[in-house]
Formats: sequence, C-alpha cells, structure tokens
Amino acid sequence: MKPVVHYSAIEGRSLAFWGLLGTFGLFLVLGLGAVWVMEHNGHHVTGMNNQIIWGLPHVFAVFMIIAASGILNVASIASVFGKKMYKPLSRLSALMAIAFLGGGLMVLMLDLGRPDRLVIAATYLNPKSVFAWNILLYPGFFAAVGAYIWFMMERRMNRYTHQIGLFAFVWRLLLTTGTGSIFGFVVARNGYDAAVLAPMFIIMSFGFGLAIYLLSLMATCRWTGRELGDSVVRQLKNLLGVFIAAMFYFVFVFHLTSLYGTENHSFENFILVDGGLFTQLFWIGWVGVGLVLPLAIVYHPSMSKSRAWIGIACAMVIAGGLASMYVIIIGGQAFPMSIFPGFEVSSSFGDGQIASYAPSIWELGLGIGGIALALAMTTFAIKVLPFVPDSLSDELMDPHYTPAKEVEVEAETDAA
Amino acid sequence: MNEQKIDQYRRDFFTKATATAATGVIAPGVMLMQVGQAQARPLDQAASNKNRWGLLIDSNKCADGCSDCVKACESENAWGSGSTDEQKSDAGQKAQWIRTVTLKNKLTSKEHQLPMMCQHCEQPPCVDVCPTGASFKRADGIVLVDKHICIGCRYCMMACPYKARSFIHEDLHDQSPDVPRGKGTVESCTLCVHKIDRGDGTTACAEACTHQAILFGDLNDPNSTISIEMKKHATTQIRADLNLNTGVRYRGI
Ligand code: SF4
Repeated sequence: MKPVVHYSAIEGRSLAFWGLLGTFGLFLVLGLGAVWVMEHNGHHVTGMNNQIIWGLPHVFAVFMIIAASGILNVASIASVFGKKMYKPLSRLSALMAIAFLGGGLMVLMLDLGRPDRLVIAATYLNPKSVFAWNILLYPGFFAAVGAYIWFMMERRMNRYTHQIGLFAFVWRLLLTTGTGSIFGFVVARNGYDAAVLAPMFIIMSFGFGLAIYLLSLMATCRWTGRELGDSVVRQLKNLLGVFIAAMFYFVFVFHLTSLYGTENHSFENFILVDGGLFTQLFWIGWVGVGLVLPLAIVYHPSMSKSRAWIGIACAMVIAGGLASMYVIIIGGQAFPMSIFPGFEVSSSFGDGQIASYAPSIWELGLGIGGIALALAMTTFAIKVLPFVPDSLSDELMDPHYTPAKEVEVEAETDAA
Repeated sequence: MNEQKIDQYRRDFFTKATATAATGVIAPGVMLMQVGQAQARPLDQAASNKNRWGLLIDSNKCADGCSDCVKACESENAWGSGSTDEQKSDAGQKAQWIRTVTLKNKLTSKEHQLPMMCQHCEQPPCVDVCPTGASFKRADGIVLVDKHICIGCRYCMMACPYKARSFIHEDLHDQSPDVPRGKGTVESCTLCVHKIDRGDGTTACAEACTHQAILFGDLNDPNSTISIEMKKHATTQIRADLNLNTGVRYRGI
C-alpha cells in the first residue's frame, strides 16, 4: 500500500495559539490606528514629502506583493513541474500567497491620499496605466489561487489541479512583472529605467517567497507537533540556496548594465559608494545579510543541517529583501533627477539635492500591520481548514527512504 | 502608430465639428468677445484642440533673484504665501506649482535662473500612468488633475520628469473658488486654466513678469506672438530626449 498524506486543521485551542493570533491581531490593530492618524491628519505626519513620494509603506507593500507570488512557487513546483514531493506542501503555499498579497495590498491601499476613493480606482480604469493593470491583476490572483485551493481540497476537482495550477503560475508571473513594471516605466528616474527590473523582481520573488514559506512551515510543524522530516527541509533549503545565487546574479547584472551607460554613473556611485544610509543598506543589508550570509549558511557543511540556522538564513533573506526594497524604492527617489544635464542646479524645491527621508512611526506601523494581517489570516485559516499535512516525515516524503522499494506519494485524503 | 492616426482623425473630426458648430450657432457673440488671441469659453462648450496653449520662457531675460512669477502664481492660485494653509507641512511637503531654478554651468561657472512649472506635454507621462484617469490633458493641451477622481497614489509624481507636481499633505481651508485643491490629492500648474477660460488671454506668471521673460500664447496659431517668436529664435524643450513635445519652451538655457 502506498503511504497517504493526510491533512487536517490544526487544533488551535491552546493558550499559545490564541496568544499568537492575539499578537498578530494587536499589531494589525496598531497598524490600522496608524492609518487613522495618517489619514485624519494628512500625510504631513509621515516622513514622506514631495521628493520622497513613496515611503516605507511602499517598501513593505512591494516586498509583500512580490513575496506573495513567490510563496506560490512551492505549489507550482508540484502542479506545474510535477514534483511529487512538493504536493503536500501546496495547500499552505497557496494559502500564504493569498494572505501576503492581501497584506501587501492593504498597505498599498491605505497609504493612498484618498483611500476612501477605492471604488473610483476600481471603476475608472485608465487602460494605459501599469498601475491600473495591476489593479486588475490582484483580484485575478485571488480568484485563481482561491480556485486552486478549492481544487486541491475537493476530491472531485483534484484531477484539474494541474490546469488551475498552471493558470495560477502564469498569473503570478504576470503579477510580479506588473509590479516590477510600475518602477520600470518611470523613465524619468535614473534608478528605475531598466528593463532588467521586472525579471529581477521575479527572481527576488522566488527568494523572498521561499524564505517566508520555509520559515513558516518549520514554525507551524514545530508548534503543532507535526513531524517535518529532514528530506523536505533539505530540499527546500537547497532550493533557497539556488534562488539566493540567482538573486546575486541579478543584482550584479542590474548594476553592471547600469554602469554601462555613462549617464547612470553618478547614480551608481550614489548607491554603491557615497550614498550614506543607502550605500550601507545596499552592502550590509541587501548584499551582506540578504545574500552572502544566508548563502554561506545553506551551503555550510554543519550549519546547513541545523534547523535553527536554516531559520536564521530565512530571516536574513527576508531582512535583506526589505533592505533591497528600501534601496530601490527610496534610494531611487532620493537621488536627484537629471533635469538639466551639464548644469549644477539649485532651487527651493530640492533640485540638484539628495532628498532626505526619515520614516515616521505611523508608516512603520502600517507596514508591520500588513505583515500582521498576512500572518493572522494564515494562522486562522489553518485552524478552520485542512491546509497542513499531519506529517511530512521522511518516510512519507523521501522516495529513497526505504531504498528497497519505491515509495510514492500519490493519493491524498483529507482527515474527516 | 495606428493609435496616433486614430487620434489625429479624432482631433480633426472634433476640430471640424466644433468649428462648424461655432460658426453656425454662437460665432457672432464669440467673435465680439475676442481678447487678443484668446476668447472666453462658454461653459457648455468643450475646450477646443484648435488651440494649444503654451509658454515661451526666455531665461536670458529672467532676472537673478527675482521671483515675481512665483509670488503671482501663489496669490492667483492660493497656495504658498497666497494662502494661510499648509502650516503643518514641512518645507519639503509644501506644494510648489512654480519654482525658480538656478543653473550653474559646470565649465564656466556662469549662473542663470529660470522658472520651472508643469511643461504641459503633448505626451504627458503623468497621464499615461494615472490609474484612474484623474491626470488628464485637455483638448487645448493643458494638463490637469481632476481632484474628484484622484486617489492620491502619487504615481504621476513619480513619472513626471520635471518634478512639477505636489501632493497635499493636510486639510486645506483657505482656497480660491476658482482653484479647487484638496488633502490627499495631487496638483500642479494649471496654466491658469480659469483665466484662459475666462478669456484673460494670459497667465498670472506671464502677467507678473516685468522683465518680459514669460510669453503666453497659442502654439497652434501661426500668427500668435509666441509662434512668431519661436520661428525667429532657437528654442529648447527641457528633456527633449523624452519626446514629450512640451507646451512650455525655453530660450537661452
Ligand atoms: S495621484 Fe491622482 S492624478 Fe496622480 S496618478 Fe494617482 S490618481 Fe492619477
């Protein structure tokens, strides 16, 4: 008999569970409180101004939106690329993808000058605007991934999971390209006008998404006492290593292509050499914490066997990811636009000057609120629906566990 | 390419349609109201693409340290010193529709200044990116923000190559009835659209400049002073490399 993967809702009755949900809820409420302050007073209470137009909320929102599509990768590997081992991991992957997109969108929408006019955003669409395309891509993602989850959970629909999974996969690529293009289309600014930005965002989404997923999976299994075998952890962390290496490559290409054009030299110099905080965030945050250290950990002979270290590596990728968004989004705006090439310019409106930005507690609150929403949604959903497998032990997951006979994971059932 | 053709067709159609309507129905009255190159636009008549309003700015004439145009804009449109609002916003958050920029030649150190505002592009990037269509271009070339459908996403500010737009960071109370503004929305130079529609035939900045550095007029009318001047002298567009075909042109940069 083939081993069967069972799924069940987590019990979620312990004090620790409610404490965790309560903590996420508290941060969400604090985040909404910050929104109230921002919207009631106007954006003057934030650190944003007419030079730094998009601030910390966009750093969080863009990070979460691209991470969301990356989280879905785990499911796509199973349904699109037919890797059986990933199949039991798919439900949680799809759920978290929806949750993170929801959190990211919450931040994006609540940072608008007029969030009360959301209906206008949905009804007056300018077909030429990349932003408007994104407004259409988001609900499509929810619908596609929602249907995907349903097909996976409903036995009658199981046989179509491949098709819907493929559809969701294509949609997620569009979504990340769309998000990357928001910046790519801003031709006026040196930091953004690069065709490489959209593919770089896709690679980053792979890395950030997998780091978030692996960390959450390890936490879920540990806190619910479900077995998580070494073979799953090993595979996912190896994949993470590949993604980090790919991100590395893209950062390199991005700055190299930028350096190729003489007109971008001063911008590159700003980010890489004398941009103060941005330079530090680039080298220490993005490259050091986000790429070099986690890469070293996941390939280190002994550290890579420790779950604690793997968890730390995931957290580093996440932190480095936020730093990279800060450098791209804020750094790209702080550097003065070249309006009059060949001249030194000055004015009462910050022309020719590096813009300064000090994020306020309200913007941070909103960003963290978005993450709290995503985590709260996930925590609550796994209590009410069977998202998490009862066991991901090596016996079930590793085809080479008993070398004598081939073990395959084929059938799936839900615990009654 | 195709789209351009359709646009052209549309433009032609509307030009002809409006022209016919104008001569047939209201022409006599309107003709009498003509002031210089401009005429008041009746409320029930859409702005016409027969006109393309623009400015020609001569930075050689712009006097160092002068900011008369900025002050005139402030009081005409009730922002900055022209209004008691925006007290809570810091310097970087306050709106600025027009500013004087000082340019220093890196080689010769020669300095000169010029006023900068929305360049009223024919192909405005802010209009392309706006998700709701709040950022729009009128038929007569004026680029505006419809404050009623602007959601305050600020994408247009990111896209503008001239940093011409400002976001309103707080509640406003002291506004001019001609110039709607509002918290959480984006705004920029309107080319004094209310004055143009009224038939004033000029903008506050052009009126205020005693050095005649700013010339307002119709770029589509070959006999307008601005067109004649532009035929006589070499002029430039700022960031001409972006092919936006700006309505504001400069001399002497
Ligand atoms: S801020 Fe307003 S005008 Fe500008 S792009 Fe957004 S919705 Fe359009």
